[in-house]
Amino acid sequence: MRFDIDSCNEILDSLLRNKRRSLLTGFGIFWGLFMLLFMLGGGDGLKAMLEKNFDGFATNTTILASDLTSKPYKGFKEGRYWNLSVDDIDRLRMMVPELRDITPVISLWGQTAINGENTVSGHMKGVGSSQVNIEAPKLKYGRFINDIDVMQYRKVCVIGKRIYTSLFPDGGDPCGSFIRVGSVYFKVIGVDYNSSKVSINGTADEAITIPFSVAQTLYHMGDNIHLICMTGKSGVQMSTLEKRIRQVMARQHQFDPTDEQAMFVLNTEQMFAIMDNLFKGVNFLIWLVGLGTLFAGAIGVSNIMMVTVKERTTEIGIRRAIGATPVEILSQILAESILLTIVAGFLSIMFSVMLLNGLEAAIHNGISFQISFGTAVSATLLLVILGAAAGLAPALRAMRIKPVEAMHDE
Amino acid sequence: MQIELHNVHKTYTGAQPLHVLKGIDLSIDKGEFVSIMGASGSGKSTLLNILGILDKYDEGEYLIDGKLIRDLSEAQAAEYRNRLIGFIFQSFNLISFKNAVENVELPLFYQGVPRRQRHEQAMAMLERVGLTDWAEHYPNEMSGGQKQRVAIARALVTYPKIILADEPTGALDSRTSAEVMELLAHINEKYGATLIIVTHESGVANYTNRIIHINDGVIGSIDDNREHKSSVFGSRTIMK
Repeated sequence: MRFDIDSCNEILDSLLRNKRRSLLTGFGIFWGLFMLLFMLGGGDGLKAMLEKNFDGFATNTTILASDLTSKPYKGFKEGRYWNLSVDDIDRLRMMVPELRDITPVISLWGQTAINGENTVSGHMKGVGSSQVNIEAPKLKYGRFINDIDVMQYRKVCVIGKRIYTSLFPDGGDPCGSFIRVGSVYFKVIGVDYNSSKVSINGTADEAITIPFSVAQTLYHMGDNIHLICMTGKSGVQMSTLEKRIRQVMARQHQFDPTDEQAMFVLNTEQMFAIMDNLFKGVNFLIWLVGLGTLFAGAIGVSNIMMVTVKERTTEIGIRRAIGATPVEILSQILAESILLTIVAGFLSIMFSVMLLNGLEAAIHNGISFQISFGTAVSATLLLVILGAAAGLAPALRAMRIKPVEAMHDE
Repeated sequence: MQIELHNVHKTYTGAQPLHVLKGIDLSIDKGEFVSIMGASGSGKSTLLNILGILDKYDEGEYLIDGKLIRDLSEAQAAEYRNRLIGFIFQSFNLISFKNAVENVELPLFYQGVPRRQRHEQAMAMLERVGLTDWAEHYPNEMSGGQKQRVAIARALVTYPKIILADEPTGALDSRTSAEVMELLAHINEKYGATLIIVTHESGVANYTNRIIHINDGVIGSIDDNREHKSSVFGSRTIMK
């Protein structure tokens, strides 16, 4: 078997001088690979678009909220209400050392914020400084609430994007200016541009975030808080801590530790796991359909090559009669198949990349739909293998053609 | 003797085994111009296939230049065909998507001759068959006689010792047939290649110097035809 310019020319000639046949053969591969790549790119883009909704939200968060008890316990009747308390923060920190951040949340719904003539409705939340580890803000201006704000009861706030654009229609850095919420003035210290759709107590867009100690005193909350948000230390699975957290809270607040209704526990881990599984499923489908189409294309190539070999019986017979060895015939048909597959495949990769680029430009929200370079490289490798596999059966058949057959065929 | 056959038998196996060659003894000298004549089914094509190492025989011996041609691998057979033998077919068997000069180049390609040299040799050979102007034309743009001349150029381009022609004029009219035969006779004379033609036309056979009649798998008679008087229509005419 030789491989040089001459044999390359011979292969190119055979393909180029039978253009329609080559075109039809290549199209199967072209379409199959295009489907696979386009769906892969599109799927990744879709995933990125959905993931944007969860942007910045810690995936291992647990949120606690109190509710009516549903079981009688230690002389209390069922249906009793209890409240989470600030003390619970230290208690949980001591009893459950696997927790990393524990932070209280006080929610104050339906507030109206005013700056001069501009008014906007939003919601207020009082949080601790470690809230940043749970809902990461994307600060456009300024900073987030810190420990000193909490300790010194500073009347400061971080405002969401919608609050900012409504109250400061002229734009610019609002830090240092004051806005009025109810009857209290707060100094703006930051603007949060996070547009994540997953957040605690309404969207980050419409939030006016203040230190929780300020919320406690201004709104007469006493020791009561509405929610406790927690994250685990790295490597800790929050679902495994749930039972212990329940026991700690039940002992303090005197409800039955087996009373599931008394304390609401939300585990975002599970939510994200569902999402993750969904995308694994979608990905699996993409690969299944894409590879399926690609294989169908390869089988198409094999089929057409088979017909081609049959059609070329005379030609191959002539070649054999004038001195081509069986191996030379085999390698020629194989090489034709591989070359055809690769050319069709490269065109397909270019077409997919172009279309995905167009899609990206059309959607225009900074999300990448493009396939990775690695994907393109592995697609190319796959093509070589597919081309060889598709050409093998026809090539073996061509190899078995006897030179005598050239003369029988008129 | 360049070609020697001793008691060659060939049977086609199948549902009904067919004993085609029933002991052929034949010897052909270097540079001879020979025709094999016979009715269809007489075994003349089978004999040609065996002579051209395109087919295997079951029994006997076939020697070229004293070398036994037997039980060759496909690759060896291809090598022998490429180096020793040139073929001319009834239906020309040119490759349709290659032009004349590329068709002539093909045996040299399989010999591994570099491209430039291949092209030069092929062009020289086309010149000898008078087709220089048609070198870039494809087979479907040429007449039957021109196609057969391209095929002859292809058979000659490797300067084979033996040229085998299977009904070379079968698809041509009488005038073109005569032209082709003149060309073959000229080649035999000038280059000294052994030329074996299978035909059923007496006019064609009359161009050759020896006529081997094959009948039902055995050789019937061998006529000396150096006078070229075997045809009732006179020498150098072909009736169709």
